[in-house]
Amino acid sequence: MSTNTNFLLAIEDLTVSFDGFKAIEGLNFYVDSNELRVVIGPNGAGKTTLLDLICGKTKATDGSIKFKNKELTKLPEHRIVWEGVGRKFQTPSVYEALTVYENLEVSYPKGKSVFGSLFFKNTAEVDGKIREIAESIFLTDLLDRPADELSHGQKQWLEIGMLLIQDPELLMLDEPVAGMSVSEREKTAELLNRISKGRSVIVIEHDMDFVKEIASKVTVMHQGNVLAEGDMETVQSDPRVIEVYLGH
Amino acid sequence: MNNFLSLIAEKRGLPGVLILALVLLVLFPLTMDINNLNLAGRFLAFAFVAVGIALSWGYGGMLSLGQGVFFGIGGYAMAMFLKLEASDPESTAAQTTPGIPDFMDWNQITSLPWFWEPFHSFTFTVLAILIVPTIVAALIGFALFTRRVTGVFFAIITQALVTIATILIVGQQGFTGGANGITDLRTLMGWDIRTDDALFTLYYISAVLLIGCVILGLWLLSTKYGSILTALRDREDRIRFSGYNVAYFKVFIFAVSAMMSGIGGAMFTLQVGFMSPSLIGIIPSIEFVIFAAVGGRLSLVGAVYGALIVGYAKVMFAEAYPELWLFLIGSVFIAVVMFAPYGLAGLYDKYARPHIQRFMREKGWLKDGASPTLPSASTEAK
Repeated sequence: MSTNTNFLLAIEDLTVSFDGFKAIEGLNFYVDSNELRVVIGPNGAGKTTLLDLICGKTKATDGSIKFKNKELTKLPEHRIVWEGVGRKFQTPSVYEALTVYENLEVSYPKGKSVFGSLFFKNTAEVDGKIREIAESIFLTDLLDRPADELSHGQKQWLEIGMLLIQDPELLMLDEPVAGMSVSEREKTAELLNRISKGRSVIVIEHDMDFVKEIASKVTVMHQGNVLAEGDMETVQSDPRVIEVYLGH
Repeated sequence: MNNFLSLIAEKRGLPGVLILALVLLVLFPLTMDINNLNLAGRFLAFAFVAVGIALSWGYGGMLSLGQGVFFGIGGYAMAMFLKLEASDPESTAAQTTPGIPDFMDWNQITSLPWFWEPFHSFTFTVLAILIVPTIVAALIGFALFTRRVTGVFFAIITQALVTIATILIVGQQGFTGGANGITDLRTLMGWDIRTDDALFTLYYISAVLLIGCVILGLWLLSTKYGSILTALRDREDRIRFSGYNVAYFKVFIFAVSAMMSGIGGAMFTLQVGFMSPSLIGIIPSIEFVIFAAVGGRLSLVGAVYGALIVGYAKVMFAEAYPELWLFLIGSVFIAVVMFAPYGLAGLYDKYARPHIQRFMREKGWLKDGASPTLPSASTEAK
C-alpha cells in the first residue's frame, strides 16, 4: 500500500465504481497543512464524489485516502469526523427542528456517545464557544430561532458554523456560495479567508469570480481524474482545461 | 434532584405532567367506581407503550409496528410468576402432575420446563420484566440499525416479529398456554389481586409508574441526547457527519421504549388477571401506534390521553358494533395523519392554547409579552 507522506491528506490510486461506471478512477490528490484548495470542473467530473469518498459517505472501490497518515477508507463516517475531517454538503443540511443554538450544541465535539450525550453539561465554556462561533457566522441575533426560519444563505453559514465548532483540521465545503446573494457572497468569502487560518480547506466551486477571490491553488477535475493543478492563472491558460471546461 | 426538576420545567413539560398527575391520581379515583377505574388502569397499561412510541417514533422517527412483542414479554413474565403461584400442589392436586400450571397438564407435560423455573422468584420476574424487553429490543435494534434499516422497512420487520411471536406462543401451547393465554391468575405473593382494594392499589401503581415513565422521557428529551434524537429523525445522513454513531442512538431509545412497554404489559396482566396472544398481535401493536398518533406523537403526555380516549371509544363502540371497530379505528388513524399530524396535542396548540393564553393575560395571570407563556402541548422538546 501507499507509504506515509508529509501531506495532511494524501489520496492515491483512488477508484470508485457505481455498477461498473467509474466516477473516480486512479485519482491522486494531495493537500498540505494550512492549504486552501479549490476544486473545479464540469458537471459530472466527480468533485462531489471525491468529497463523499473522503468523508466516508461513499466507500472507495480501490485505493487509499490517508489523513495525517491514517487510512480513512475503512473508517465509518463518525470516526472520520473524530479524526478531524468536516464536511459541508451542497444543499444546506442543518437540523430544521432545532434552534440555531441547538444546532451548534449538537455539533459541539463533546458528549458523542449515548451516555455522554445524556449527561452532557452545557458549561460556560461550551456556551462561550457556541456564541463565539455564532458571532463569526453572523447569526448571533438568531440563536434562539428554529433553523428552518433561516434564509438559504444563513443556513449555509450555520452549516459552516456546525463544522467550525468541531475545529476540524480539514474542512470540505461543497459549493458554499450557491444560491447566495451578492452581499452574502462577499461575507462568505471573508468568512472563508478567516476560517482557513490554521487548517486546510477544500472548496468545490463553480463561481469563477468567487474562486479568484479565495483560491491560492486550484485543482481541475475531469471525468473522474485530475486534469490540471496549479495557481489560477496557470490553470486558466492550460489548453486542456480551456478545452474541457473554461472554453465552453 | 432540583437540577433534574428545573430541567423538566424549562422544557415546558412540567405543567402538562402536573395536570396529568392530577387527572390520574385525583380526578379519576374520585369520580369512578372500581370497575371503571380498573378499565382506566388497563388503558394506562397500554399508555406505557404509547409513551414509548412517542419517544421512538415521534422523536426518533422509528415507527415500530411490533411493540406488542415487548408488551407481551412484560405481560407474560408477570403471568408466569402469578401462574406458578396459583399452581401450588394443593390447588392442582387433581392434575396428573400436581404443581405445574393447568394448561401444561392438559398438554401432557409432566414437569415444569426449565425456562419457567426462575419465575418462582419475584425478584427475577421484576428484573425480567425490565431487562428482557430492553435486551431483545437492543438486539433487534442493533441488527437493524447498524445495517441502516429505516422507515417502512423497519416497520415491516417489526410487524413480522410480532407475528412470529404470536405464532410461537399459539403453537407452543404446552409451554405458553397457546391461544387461550395464561389465565386464572389470583394472587401476588399471597395478596389477592382480584379484590376491589387490590385493583385500586394496582391502578395507583400503574398511574405512578406511568407518570415516572413520562418524566423519564421528558428528561431524556431535555438532554443533548434529545436534540440529537430530533436531529437524526430529520437528517439521519447529516448527523453522522456531526460525529455520531447513529445506530447506537437509535438502539438506545428503541430499548427504552421497549422497557416501558414491558412495564405496561406487566401492569396489564396484574389488573386483568390473564395474558394472551390476542393482546400482543398485529392489531394491538398497531393500536398502540394509534394511541400515540391520536394523542400527538410529539407529546408524551398526549400519548397517555390518546390511550385513554381511544381505549374508551373502543369499549363503547366495539361493544355495539364489533365488526365495524377496525374500520373506524383505521379511518381515525388516516384522518389524524392527514389532518392533524400532531394529534390532539397539536389541535390544542392550534385552537385552544391561544384562547387560554388571551384569557389568562386579560385576567393578569400572565405577563404581556412574556415569552415562555403557556406550555406547548404538541412538542415537549426544547
